[in-house]
Amino acid sequence: MTAPLLALSGLTKAYPGVVANDDVSLTIAPGEVHALLGENGAGKSTLVKMIYGLVKPDSGTMQMHGAAFHPSEPRAARAAGVGMVFQHFSLFDALSVAENIALGMENAPKLRALSKQIRDVSEAYGLPLSPDRIVGDLSAGERQRVEIIRCLLQDPKLLIMDEPTSVLTPQEVEILFKTLRKLSAEGTAILYISHKLEEIRSLCDSATILRLGKVVGHCTPSETSARDMAEMMVGSILKTPLRAGKTPGAVLLDIQGLNAKSPSAFGMPLRDISVQVRAGEVLGIGGVAGNGQDELLAALSGEQPSGAGMIRFKDHDISQLGPIARRALGILAAPEERLGHAAAPDMTLTENAMLTGAVRENLERGGMLDWPAARRFAERIIKEFDVRTPGPGNAARALSGGNLQKFVIGREVLQRPEVLVVNQPTWGVDASAAAAIRQALLDLAENGAAVIVISQDLDELMEISDRFSALNEGRLSEPRPAQGLTVDEIGLMMGGAHGMEVAHV
Amino acid sequence: MVRLEKRPQASQAFSWAAPVLAVLATMVFGGLLFAALGKDPLASIATIFWEPLFGDFAFYYRPQLLIKGAPLVLIAIGLSLGFKAGIWNIGAEGQYIMGAIFGAGVGLAFYPTESVLIFPLMVLAGALGGWIWAMIPAVLKVKFGTNEILVSLMLVYVAEQFLASMALGLLKNPEGFGFPGSRNLQQYPSAHNAELITGSGMHWGVVAALIAVIFAYVLLARHRLGFAIRVTGEAPRAAKFSGVNPVRLVLFCMGMSGLLAGLAGMFEVAGPAGQITIDFNVGYGFTAIIVAFLGRLHPIGILLAGGLMALTYIGGDIAQSQLGLPAAAIQVFQGMLLFFLLAFDLFTNYRLRFGRAEVA
Repeated sequence: MTAPLLALSGLTKAYPGVVANDDVSLTIAPGEVHALLGENGAGKSTLVKMIYGLVKPDSGTMQMHGAAFHPSEPRAARAAGVGMVFQHFSLFDALSVAENIALGMENAPKLRALSKQIRDVSEAYGLPLSPDRIVGDLSAGERQRVEIIRCLLQDPKLLIMDEPTSVLTPQEVEILFKTLRKLSAEGTAILYISHKLEEIRSLCDSATILRLGKVVGHCTPSETSARDMAEMMVGSILKTPLRAGKTPGAVLLDIQGLNAKSPSAFGMPLRDISVQVRAGEVLGIGGVAGNGQDELLAALSGEQPSGAGMIRFKDHDISQLGPIARRALGILAAPEERLGHAAAPDMTLTENAMLTGAVRENLERGGMLDWPAARRFAERIIKEFDVRTPGPGNAARALSGGNLQKFVIGREVLQRPEVLVVNQPTWGVDASAAAAIRQALLDLAENGAAVIVISQDLDELMEISDRFSALNEGRLSEPRPAQGLTVDEIGLMMGGAHGMEVAHV
Repeated sequence: MVRLEKRPQASQAFSWAAPVLAVLATMVFGGLLFAALGKDPLASIATIFWEPLFGDFAFYYRPQLLIKGAPLVLIAIGLSLGFKAGIWNIGAEGQYIMGAIFGAGVGLAFYPTESVLIFPLMVLAGALGGWIWAMIPAVLKVKFGTNEILVSLMLVYVAEQFLASMALGLLKNPEGFGFPGSRNLQQYPSAHNAELITGSGMHWGVVAALIAVIFAYVLLARHRLGFAIRVTGEAPRAAKFSGVNPVRLVLFCMGMSGLLAGLAGMFEVAGPAGQITIDFNVGYGFTAIIVAFLGRLHPIGILLAGGLMALTYIGGDIAQSQLGLPAAAIQVFQGMLLFFLLAFDLFTNYRLRFGRAEVA
């Protein structure tokens, strides 16, 4: 083995109340694709932030090419040859690709020279991208290329990628992987953060697994099964949700030609969506983020009323009813954004239980609110969905993401919905809690409810959906039975590679 | 190095300690200010806070506390509903003026008829006047997305011009020898908002302020609408998701604050002030903003803050006449109170940490 490019030893970083990294050591060789695996909150992000100079370790040392390496800020890390592509892009919509890249450089050359460099790099690595295009017009996959090219222009020795595939279609993932393999062949090491195990098995040479801030194991992904890696991540045996074979019942929700403008300026309008959901059925809706997921949830929850006759529930036209009237009929929803949308961060769990539970749980009489009853409802959610919190008097923002998610889903499931719409139900939730949430959704369908699960996690959708369809540019594809769908078919439903197939010709 | 660290939960204790600390800090720095002006700081502070309550002439000043405090509390209660929901009515002063003009106008229209119905009619007219003036920024906001802060504030100056025009024109006392100003309602029994108990300072405005406090308390603690107001202030998207109609909420909060400010103006013109004059308004509508925040936007807190602010008004007057403190110094003193309150407020959500910085 060659001399390590980067060696970390004994890195420790504590935040008030939590040790994010505890004595973490790992080495990366030049050209190695190294996976950093772990659940949300395992300490992956903190570790790479230390390497990238965003966070200073409390103790421990880092060495780059055998010399001490203590970046005090990202600029120092970049100068030492570390590049990072963040999960959330930091690009200006109104500027061109070249202008965006120039903004992130210390000594940006003239735009014309830079544009040429961008073209050269993008051709060399099979990442077609025109420097003159406005970033606001690019797809998520193309935006990610801007970030990658921005890093490559600095000729990095180590490229850190934080969950790069969460915004990509399967075809786009393939293109990205080809680029990464090429970089690796040229000697650039890649530190690849993900919790998608199959990806890691196909891409990475080695993997370090973190749990609760500690290194719990190393493995060679190509020789380890996804299940074994998952169990190392979680530290326990995983339960797969069970579902019985069933025949769907009557149509509960009937959506015909749903068009809706987006409430936000950069949102995606819904275009001519037609679908029926039956009692006892789970409809999975996939798609890359930003293709109308939030808007579809708003249209179904009643936050955004739609044109007459577009949405029917049993015999009622509910298109123009508000959220309260829809809840009274039994149509409930849980939005993606937990803090600020599904729950009010600074309010207590009791108050958050009141937020959507007032109508169906009889927490309100003639406009007066029954707080003791709301407290009992919150306690019931906490108990039945295993929400870890000292009690219902705690503020929502004091809960971890996963616990709040359990609370938000539990709040709707316990109200006995006839139709439940959830967006990203297990986002940021640890594997065992995610399994519990999926089981609750399946049980709900078992008992005759119609469940719509909007998610970007394809594995999740395949696991629980009876039928699958995908949102692409605000349009919903024709739903197809989920069993037997291939990854290629799913990718095409999601919009393929957004016209980027020309890469790697 | 000292730095701020966000608390995991807002500190309840600090949320109530902040006003007390703000008052103490205002006393200290106000004292320094008075010392710099060449006055004895302790005597000045004592004059402002002690004299009105327990001094030799307290029998005169104590009723004044109710008279000054009532409009402040009444207006601040209305404002606090909107402020809690993130709806910023800054124009209570204008709504107060319009309430006074509407109320006095209805009363004067009946002059010199005597009837027990006149005063209730004036109350309704005063409420209507304030409500209409607040609905202008409210409707513009919900229809065209205008900024209610600017519109309501600018309407204050329109209302002031309107007031001057009324005092010099339509409502001018025909038997007033050409002086500006309306007839004095204190001399018109059916329209006079007289003291309910002689010498107590207790008039219908004080009663209305106390009712408003109780009403607001029940609304915020127990009613769906109060909950909608609080959720909208904390998380607008969550409020919309739960089913709150933001348009209706803006109309309700603006309307309610205008209505209460209008009532305050009407009680003032029919009682302590007595007549519509060019300089009828003395800034209650603006001071009520300080009162609302000093009282933590909480009804009981506003009641206490209104009393405190009335105290600094009266104490300030005494300090002006007895110690010769300039009026501007008293205003600075009152401004300090809001300034320190906002400063100490930071510690409700943050705490100080001493030590090395984490991120370079």
